[in-house]
Amino acid sequence: MAMLESAGQQPPRTAFYNDPVVRGIIYQVVVGVLLVVFVTWIVHNTSINLAAQGKTTGFDFLGKTAGFPIGFSLFEFTRESTYWQAFLVGITNTLLVAVIAIFFSTIIGFTLGIARLSSNFLISRLATIYVETIRNIPLLLQLFFWYFAVLKAMPAVKDSFALPFDMFINQRGLFVPRPQPDAQFSWIYVAILLGLVGAFLIQRWAKRRLEATGKRFPVLLSSAALMIVLVLVVWFASGAAVTFDPPVLNRFNFKGGLELPPEFVALAWGLSIYTASFIAETVRAGILAVNHGQTEAAQSLGLKDSDRLRLVVIPQAMRVIIPPLTSQYLNLTKNSSLGAAIGYSEVVNVFAGTALGQSGRAIEVIAMTMAFYLTISLLTSAIMNWYNARVALVER
Amino acid sequence: MTDISFVRSEMTGASPAPNPTSGPLVWVRKNLFATPSDTLLTLLGLAFLAWIVPPLYGFLIGRAVPPGGTVEQCRVENVGACWAYIASELDFFVYGFYPAAEYWRVNIVFAMLALLIIPLAMPKAPYKRLNAILFIIAFPIASVILLSGGVFGLRYVPTEQWGGLMVTLIISVVGICLSLPLGIVLALGRQSSMPIIKSICVAFIELIRAVPLITILFMASIMLPLFMPAGVTVDKFLRALVGVTLFSSAYMAEVVRGGMQAIGRGQYEAAAALGLSYWKRMGFIILPQALKHVIPGIVNSFIALFKDTSLVYIVGMKDLLEAVKTKNDAIEWASPTQAITGYIFAAAVFWMFCFSMSRYSQFMERRLNTGHKR
Repeated sequence: MAMLESAGQQPPRTAFYNDPVVRGIIYQVVVGVLLVVFVTWIVHNTSINLAAQGKTTGFDFLGKTAGFPIGFSLFEFTRESTYWQAFLVGITNTLLVAVIAIFFSTIIGFTLGIARLSSNFLISRLATIYVETIRNIPLLLQLFFWYFAVLKAMPAVKDSFALPFDMFINQRGLFVPRPQPDAQFSWIYVAILLGLVGAFLIQRWAKRRLEATGKRFPVLLSSAALMIVLVLVVWFASGAAVTFDPPVLNRFNFKGGLELPPEFVALAWGLSIYTASFIAETVRAGILAVNHGQTEAAQSLGLKDSDRLRLVVIPQAMRVIIPPLTSQYLNLTKNSSLGAAIGYSEVVNVFAGTALGQSGRAIEVIAMTMAFYLTISLLTSAIMNWYNARVALVER
Repeated sequence: MTDISFVRSEMTGASPAPNPTSGPLVWVRKNLFATPSDTLLTLLGLAFLAWIVPPLYGFLIGRAVPPGGTVEQCRVENVGACWAYIASELDFFVYGFYPAAEYWRVNIVFAMLALLIIPLAMPKAPYKRLNAILFIIAFPIASVILLSGGVFGLRYVPTEQWGGLMVTLIISVVGICLSLPLGIVLALGRQSSMPIIKSICVAFIELIRAVPLITILFMASIMLPLFMPAGVTVDKFLRALVGVTLFSSAYMAEVVRGGMQAIGRGQYEAAAALGLSYWKRMGFIILPQALKHVIPGIVNSFIALFKDTSLVYIVGMKDLLEAVKTKNDAIEWASPTQAITGYIFAAAVFWMFCFSMSRYSQFMERRLNTGHKR
């Protein structure tokens, strides 16, 4: 004890510059100073360069008239609209194509991922060929292929290809019937909402009963039945109706219907096809990640094949699939920026392209575009962290 | 004596041969027609093949114009792929506007690249360290001298004349060589215990990973000139390189970090207990294990980087995609299938590189996977 105490009172044997704590502080101070100097240098250079070009800075340009048209927007945009409205159009167009492509790529991707694991040789091989081909070709090249080589090579309007359900495809894009719900139709939305609430309540009640008594309740079946019954009752009670306004070929162009421009079709299609191959891999990896012992244990408990999948394999696979799946969705949203190369009016094209060129505010425009993507990314990762914390295995 | 006997007097009849357990018929029954739904799927698959294969064969081979054909052959009704167009423009697709008399310089660089990369990728090849040093230090210098010239009596070729596959390969190789060390530094910074350094690295990585490459490239091509002192111009080629490298290094950092986190705490503690300094701990103990762990992940980021190089087209670089797209509008080969043939060719080239890299990553994964797995 005495030795230890005396050792503690001795001055440190190492020089102060060898002390890791001191070194850490010195390193950080050096890096921090270098960073500040670097940033100051850049800001200084930029202000000199901007002054030399006679350009001003600031976000006041957002309120000014943009003075350029946008080919495709969900809401009214004219030459008199402001830069801020142009930004909003870009954002909504990006989100629109992302949502649609996420929907289709999820369906295609899950189908392919399961098909790759099929015991059927032909099916699994076909899925493998699809995934290995699409995954290894750059997305931009695929978009060019769909846009310039396929959609632009479509026949002219007067000999459009007729697709099922009154749809037509030609050089000017895809023409689909426009659904026209009447005034009573809003009651259907209310019914769907009520159905969702009911399904949620059923699920909660069933879970509580399962925990209390061990009796299972067919949640999915009963929720679906509730939903269908509710919608049908409201349908007949309110007399709601949907008419479809099909596109009809006139002398020069289609009249009526909904016109989807070729840029939008090519981008949504290309993104769905491309992302589906990655989702397929995610799904396959997720199902394979479930330990084979789990399957065997479920079999030895005497579960039916369908119960084994539904109660043992899929819940565990989903835990593995969801995080990479979300990052695929995020990638898809970021990849939708490639629409700029084929002229789809998404945020990079409208804002970082046209608006930047018109206003000359490079720094502000690029910063706003990046901030938009950053916001989406941070939101997604916040949701993911919450989800991961919820489904994480509780290890004891 | 009775006639009772416990031994059969006559032979039993021959039992039927057991069901075969091998052979092509059994394989077909087991893998294609095991259950009714399986049979249905197989029939659907066969119908799909019957629907897609004949037109595809007709387009790619049957009705196609072979290399050496003329443009008139490509202009007939219902023609297949116009391979003659690809063959006649192949030099442009590979070298862009590089002077034809100097093609040999590019070819030497390609040959050097192949000679250095193949032994580097083979796990059993000797002299790894020498090979890596040659690849990372000697090769870039030699390539710059050879490609741009201006010294040793070589004709000067400005980067504006570079193009085609050559540019795609240069950008991806440079991006790969620079982003790996940069990614390692960023990963070390992110794992560091110093708050300032850590937050700088985290902010950089997360910012870059959150935005699409195209905005980074826009930033590099528009803002980089603004950031430089007045009078200093940055080569367009260099701007794209900076953008691609920064982008890829952020992803690489996350891959390397994954490897570092997969290493047991004991390794860090043992290294510290040996009294090694930080750099020795990292350089001798942690990184060799971490990097080996994530070789498949690193190769996967290389694949992503290689595919992403096609985006430099958007900021006006002349890579393979740009070369194909430009020539697709060329009048002298104008034909119905010109564009589609061009894109199929470009897709095949990209696919070849990416697919071989992904096969290599799978090979390494199997080789590194020493644990037991079902």
